[in-house]
Amino acid sequence: MVTGGGTVTDGAPGGAPADEIAAGTPDGVLEAELLRLAGSVPDPELPVLSLAELGVLRGLQLVGPGRVEVQLTPTYTGCPAIDTMVTDITQVLREHGMAEVSVRTVLSPAWSTDAISAEGRRKLAEHGIAPPRPVGSGGPVPLELSVRCPHCGSVDTTVLSRFSSTACKSLRRCESCREPFDHFKEL
Amino acid sequence: MNPVLVSTALPLGDDALVLAQRLGEWAGHAPVLEEDVALANIALDLLGQARVLLSLVGDEDELAFGREERAFRNVQLVEQPNGDFAHTIARQLYFSTYQELLYTELAQGDSELAPLAAKAVKEVAYHHDHARQWTLRLGDGTAESHERMQRGLDALWRFTGELFQPVEGLGTDLGALREPWLERVSAVVRQATLTMPEGPDVTSWSAGAGRQGIHTESFGRMLAEMQHLHRAHPGATW
Repeated sequence: MVTGGGTVTDGAPGGAPADEIAAGTPDGVLEAELLRLAGSVPDPELPVLSLAELGVLRGLQLVGPGRVEVQLTPTYTGCPAIDTMVTDITQVLREHGMAEVSVRTVLSPAWSTDAISAEGRRKLAEHGIAPPRPVGSGGPVPLELSVRCPHCGSVDTTVLSRFSSTACKSLRRCESCREPFDHFKEL
Repeated sequence: MNPVLVSTALPLGDDALVLAQRLGEWAGHAPVLEEDVALANIALDLLGQARVLLSLVGDEDELAFGREERAFRNVQLVEQPNGDFAHTIARQLYFSTYQELLYTELAQGDSELAPLAAKAVKEVAYHHDHARQWTLRLGDGTAESHERMQRGLDALWRFTGELFQPVEGLGTDLGALREPWLERVSAVVRQATLTMPEGPDVTSWSAGAGRQGIHTESFGRMLAEMQHLHRAHPGATW
């Protein structure tokens, strides 16, 4: 397996969720700083986004002096970028004095494109990738709904292929400006 | 080794692994570049599922590359050769419809497979959509594409009965999925102006046999290709 601690299929045991780390204690301050550092690692396939903006960091705990555990969730089950994410996070935290970094992959609850932050969506569009539409709780949005062209803003776009450069994107074309573009599929 | 996971995660993991390998064979050979990419991406999703499922049972590499043919528990449908593009799409339609129903069930349960099923079912929805769109396009396309799509559906029909054979320990009544599966598949087939295959959905020699380790002739050759590197260089990494 790719990670230091292997894949687990249940939620992170204990510890602070990514968005609820208490900053009141010295450990809390350090955890918050480490989480910020881990979150600032760019996504290997969409380097315009950080891991925090992608919403794949599930939590981080200091488990001893110089020892830290991180929970990471894959966007897609077979996402090949996860190995690189683990390496990059480990490197960043080691540079910050953590001798022992263990990154575990957690599957539940399943990642959704709803976890991409508003800033992340803005960056995607700026980068020429149409951001995913909100999913809510009803599963993938029917593909028939229109996707806005990130180049000219037209909603007159069509699917060229349901799978594009990566599994998480589809390939579309704008019928107004005729430019092809990637669309981050709703998941 | 947890005996329940051996009897449940292994067959489902083998389904995903074997179909990933078959779909991967299309890389560089698909009719258009977009399909090359699409089939490889679907294969990658399935490989991701297989890695998680096989890791629940033991060492994923040993299980994938070290087992003999008779130790694999996948259904025979997924090991069938790709044939032409329509044949592959027929296999995708049958299997993705089944997998979507099965994972939906498992995701609602509390077994150790539930987290994977909850995650993978969202990906499989796209596989199913891909297969459905192509079935419609080929079935309702030219006389040639119509005929080939029908031929694919007919040829693979006899492997579909096995999908609904019980898997011990799964806690899901697979037989009960047959009705919704038939409904969904036939809705697509009808809309594509095609005809649902007739005749038995199992053959006397193949009934339920993949789950028991009995496979069809082409499976051994597929495994030879899949495993030869690992067997020639055990433990090698890059």
